[in-house]
Amino acid sequence: MSEIFVSVLLLSGASFMILAAVGILRLPDLPTRMHASTKAGALGAMLIMGGVALHFGDSAVSARAVAFIVFILLTAPVAAHVIGRAGYFTGVELWKGTTKDQLRERYDPDTHRLNSGLESSPESMIPPGASDRTDQ
Amino acid sequence: MLDVVINLVYFMLSMALLFAFIRLTRGPSLSDRVVALELIASVVVGYVGVHAIDTGVSSFLDVAIVIALTAFLAAIGFARFVERGDIKDE
Repeated sequence: MSEIFVSVLLLSGASFMILAAVGILRLPDLPTRMHASTKAGALGAMLIMGGVALHFGDSAVSARAVAFIVFILLTAPVAAHVIGRAGYFTGVELWKGTTKDQLRERYDPDTHRLNSGLESSPESMIPPGASDRTDQ
Repeated sequence: MLDVVINLVYFMLSMALLFAFIRLTRGPSLSDRVVALELIASVVVGYVGVHAIDTGVSSFLDVAIVIALTAFLAAIGFARFVERGDIKDE
């Protein structure tokens, strides 16, 4: 009976992995590729580790597998955020069909400063493009 | 039944590894290659987990944990390198 559950967990984990790989191969630019790979890849690894924990049925192995799942859950978003940030700051080209880039009007590449758009700032801190918004 | 599933999962993970490797070689920017490397690391972690089930040796889980830790640190280091080694800093 547990063999069926282990098989389902392994197959779904591998399916998520192969979906992430197809996404990373087919999608057009860096943020969409990260969108495919980080979430689906992490979920695939977590599902496979769940299958391992269920298969051995031992408390020591299960504790390690759960610790691994928590570790993936903590580190995958951090790594994705850091890589995406670095990619955006180095000027990775976005897809032609991108309709909204909220960072472009807030981020000043010369001073490396990101405004929230809420602060009451002196004139020098307003990034280029922000004056259009205040006029409305 | 589990043997068939394990062979199938090995095949699917190999295909995932192949696709990620194609992106690693083609990727236009360095950030794309870092993303592909991170996916390769998590596919290898899946491989190690399936291999632990296949052989019945639970110590392979420690290998998986170490690979995940190394991949995380490598992603952080690569990202800092990409951000610092920039024309804007000159």
